[in-house]
Amino acid sequence: MQITVTVNGDEHTADVEPRLLLVHFLRDKLGLTGTHWGCDTSNCGVCVVWLDGTPVKSCTVLAVMADGHTVRTVEGLADGAALDPVQEGFVRCHGLQCGFCTPGMMMTARWLLDHNPDPSEDEIREAISGQSCRCTGYENIVRSVRWAASRGTEVSAS
Amino acid sequence: MGPMQVPAHFEYERATSVDHALALLAKWGSEARVVAGGHSLIPMMKLRLARPEALVDINDLEELAYVRLDGDVLAVGAMTRHADLLASPLVGEHYPIFHDAERVIADPVVRNRGTVGGSLCQADPSEDLSAAFAAVDAAAVVRGPDGVRRVPVREFHTGPYETVVAPGELLVEVVVPVRPGGGSAYEKVERRVGDWAVAAAGAAVWLAGDTIADAGIGLTAVGAAHFHAPAAEEFLRGSAATDSVLVEAGRIAAERCEPVADQRGPADYKKHLAGELTVRALRRAVARARGVA
Repeated sequence: MQITVTVNGDEHTADVEPRLLLVHFLRDKLGLTGTHWGCDTSNCGVCVVWLDGTPVKSCTVLAVMADGHTVRTVEGLADGAALDPVQEGFVRCHGLQCGFCTPGMMMTARWLLDHNPDPSEDEIREAISGQSCRCTGYENIVRSVRWAASRGTEVSAS
Repeated sequence: MGPMQVPAHFEYERATSVDHALALLAKWGSEARVVAGGHSLIPMMKLRLARPEALVDINDLEELAYVRLDGDVLAVGAMTRHADLLASPLVGEHYPIFHDAERVIADPVVRNRGTVGGSLCQADPSEDLSAAFAAVDAAAVVRGPDGVRRVPVREFHTGPYETVVAPGELLVEVVVPVRPGGGSAYEKVERRVGDWAVAAAGAAVWLAGDTIADAGIGLTAVGAAHFHAPAAEEFLRGSAATDSVLVEAGRIAAERCEPVADQRGPADYKKHLAGELTVRALRRAVARARGVA
């Protein structure tokens, strides 16, 4: 069936099977491979994107469910060449090693800071508790988000 | 690319109103499944544990996404997301058991998508809200081609993954009367954050002075029929709200449940948890009813 999804502000129309998952639509149909595909069981959280402004695990959302709705992926975080403070925080605080979990972590972190500009360490850990990182032990991810929070609230809402 | 897990072929229908959803369900009959958050159904479809011919998507039914007080009845729309139940001050004020439960259901991102109605209708024997709604003696409001019917949550589940909702019907709302003197709480043991329960218990009490005027106990993951512990409730009604009474109620609840061993633990451990968590939930519910917690 034909669907139209607004992704990072751009409308995309495509013919898809109803069983196509949103994560594969983004990666394979639109070439937006920043969203990663991991456990396929909504446990690991590497596929987190925003659907209508809310983080969801895109391996457990059908692409057809996004028809007529808006999606924001990690490709939509930066404003041109200017990184989102969350991205800059991950760079400065070594919030990643292998980088596999990073896009999902950053999408959840951006959402957290939009709703709670000065989160405590516990609040950050709670927010990302449905997302696995096998490299950092989460310590530097939490620091990265704190860095973005302390950097101020130039929040990019799209 | 490695092997993808994707569902088998199905037809997709998107409902634009409750009436439209009912029309779509009538059209597809028993071959249709309703999909809300999809966080149980879609994984089951990937594994071919569910293979509907058609999915009726009700995610656009904003009319079913609400938490409100209708007179002295707390009404929760079936499309209320877990995150919204957790964020609701009304729920926190009248039935904190749901906030306790929501804090330990999956994780925040899954809670953004999963729904109250989906949780009840999925009828997973380890599901938390089923036990919480059983504890407070809520009623499910089900709409079908012949109108609306109300089913006590304690009669809603007919077995693992089975409910009274017939093909062509839709759960639209869950309602709980708000009564004075009440307190409620939920206690869960899980292997790791966000997991299904090894065991969990929900308790609601209504005090008249130091006497338990009424009580409700819900259990999950321990083989309690209808997520319910009626014998322990019966024991509590009219008893003094003392710790030894609560401990005895826990003993009765544990005695009557029939957990099975699985990867989450052996049966005797789960039975022990059923009793202990019942007692802890009752203690907290009593403290809240007294306004001291």
